[in-house]
Amino acid sequence: MGFFLQRQRKLKTSTPKRDINEGIYTKCESCKEVIAVMQLSSNLEVCPTCGFHHRMTAKKRLESLIDPGSFKEINRRLHTLNPLNFPGYEEKIEGLMEANDLNEAVVTGIGKIAGESVAIGIMDSHFLMASMGSVVGEKVTRLIEVSISRRLPLIMVCASGGARMQEGIYSLMQMAKTSAALAKHNDAGLLYISVLTHPTMGGVTASFATLGDIIIAEKGASVGFAGRRVVEQTIKQKLPDHFQTAEFLQEKGLVDLVVSRQELKQTLAKLIDLHEGSEG
Amino acid sequence: MSILDLEMKIAEIETKLNEISSDNHQEIEQLQQQLHRYKSRAYQHLTAWDHVTLARHPKRPKAREYIEYIFDSFIELHGDRLYRDDEAIIGGIAKLGNQSVTVIAHQKGCTTSENIKCNFGMPHPEGYRKALRLMKQAEKFNRPIITFIDTPGAYPGPEAEERGQGHAIAECLREMSSLTVPTLSIVIGEGGSGGALALGVSDEIWMLQYAVYSILSPEGFASILYKDGSRAQEAAEVMKLTAQDYLNRGIIEKIIKEPTGGAHQFPQYAFDQLKDQLEGYLLQIKKVTAKQLLNKRYKKYRLIGEYDSLNR
Ligand SMILES: [Zn+2]
Repeated sequence: MGFFLQRQRKLKTSTPKRDINEGIYTKCESCKEVIAVMQLSSNLEVCPTCGFHHRMTAKKRLESLIDPGSFKEINRRLHTLNPLNFPGYEEKIEGLMEANDLNEAVVTGIGKIAGESVAIGIMDSHFLMASMGSVVGEKVTRLIEVSISRRLPLIMVCASGGARMQEGIYSLMQMAKTSAALAKHNDAGLLYISVLTHPTMGGVTASFATLGDIIIAEKGASVGFAGRRVVEQTIKQKLPDHFQTAEFLQEKGLVDLVVSRQELKQTLAKLIDLHEGSEG
Repeated sequence: MSILDLEMKIAEIETKLNEISSDNHQEIEQLQQQLHRYKSRAYQHLTAWDHVTLARHPKRPKAREYIEYIFDSFIELHGDRLYRDDEAIIGGIAKLGNQSVTVIAHQKGCTTSENIKCNFGMPHPEGYRKALRLMKQAEKFNRPIITFIDTPGAYPGPEAEERGQGHAIAECLREMSSLTVPTLSIVIGEGGSGGALALGVSDEIWMLQYAVYSILSPEGFASILYKDGSRAQEAAEVMKLTAQDYLNRGIIEKIIKEPTGGAHQFPQYAFDQLKDQLEGYLLQIKKVTAKQLLNKRYKKYRLIGEYDSLNR
């Protein structure tokens, strides 16, 4: 994990710039077409011209997936400490909390998808690249435990730069913690759908993100273990554009299906329905 | 002076001492005093970076040497049954006393050609899949599993990505957490990130005295958080990556003592220390049921994390 921060700066720019014409218009990150912010927003941040999927906040993602009024957040108050006393870490977290109206990089809770209750976690890459430290690991683990105790399907909408450097080994061990909880979930015979969105890298890819019974990748998402830059440094060559894309992953047999953002809710609803009554 | 410079200086004085005529008492005494000064300077106040240097020392004993010294009748088993045999991870069955165990290890080489063969101890997905196959085999035959961790990390190459590096590691983590046999991991050198953890979700984690374990190499950590890979020494201090740090924090259960100056100075010492502890451990876990093991293992990882709760 952790090979991807160099990507981070690049990825950060994939949030549409809001400064054109006082936030009324924005530019598509991919085709550079000027789009009305409202239009992009009502199209789930997908470019109407080229279909590029821009990054989405957890809040918007929730609205796009969960039946209105059905979501109950859990463990919202869990708050990050600074186990290594890493200089500036607390201030950084405070700033991110303020700027994003989030307490950490994942939002977890119980909600309904097309009338069916699910335990769902949504990672928000605007919050320190949704890197996994103690709180992300703990919230995901508690969500898995709630999913087991209430016998609900589990859905994780993943997006992450990987394990969070500032918390050192504590972050690394969250990979073990979440994976161990998923072993229990698996033994309970419950459904786990993992949705890989842009970008999902490092320690999150190497733990709960790739342990789904069904793994869905969102169109165009970059998903991998080592970041593109690091892989290029290893082989001292440029990689093709489609390397580590959702489509590439499907071709290599690493994900079950690739769906567009518009199709995601419907696909999840269908999969949940197909498992109805079959959970052992 | 870096630990490697001091090491050279010490070797220099030792050579001089060997060459000097035995009746030159005054000079012998002088040299011995000098030697003592250097040694106490070198090994008494080691920085975190010194630990990193020792953990990566080219002469540091590698997993295969530990295995061959500690166990009897080791039979190496190859391959993941899916793609190929990855020599960055070795594994097989061996005996310690009259107890059969499965042994799985990251393998670094001692020479350049060995290192090319085992890819400097950086596994591909098939290495992790071999490890998992051998763990499942151990479970079937009710053998304890002992893993040796010594890797800079999982290999960050394009084929590794194409064959699902993340998925291969994730499966190891999930499956190790629920194996019904006793599991023990020993970090003998470098424990680098998820590539190390994939062999490390065990009942107990032990570390050699000068081994290190970290979320990423100090160089990688520095280049991410300081945007400057050359600040690795500083990063190593911040990361708190030594065996003593982890014992204090309750992440590991035991430190295996190394000889003065590191395991490469006198490998048998480190091997004997470890063997002794292993024999005791294997006896002790015989009394523990699988259910007890699983509960304790789950709890160990379940409780790792530092957080509090906001009042808003
Ligand atoms: Zn576009």
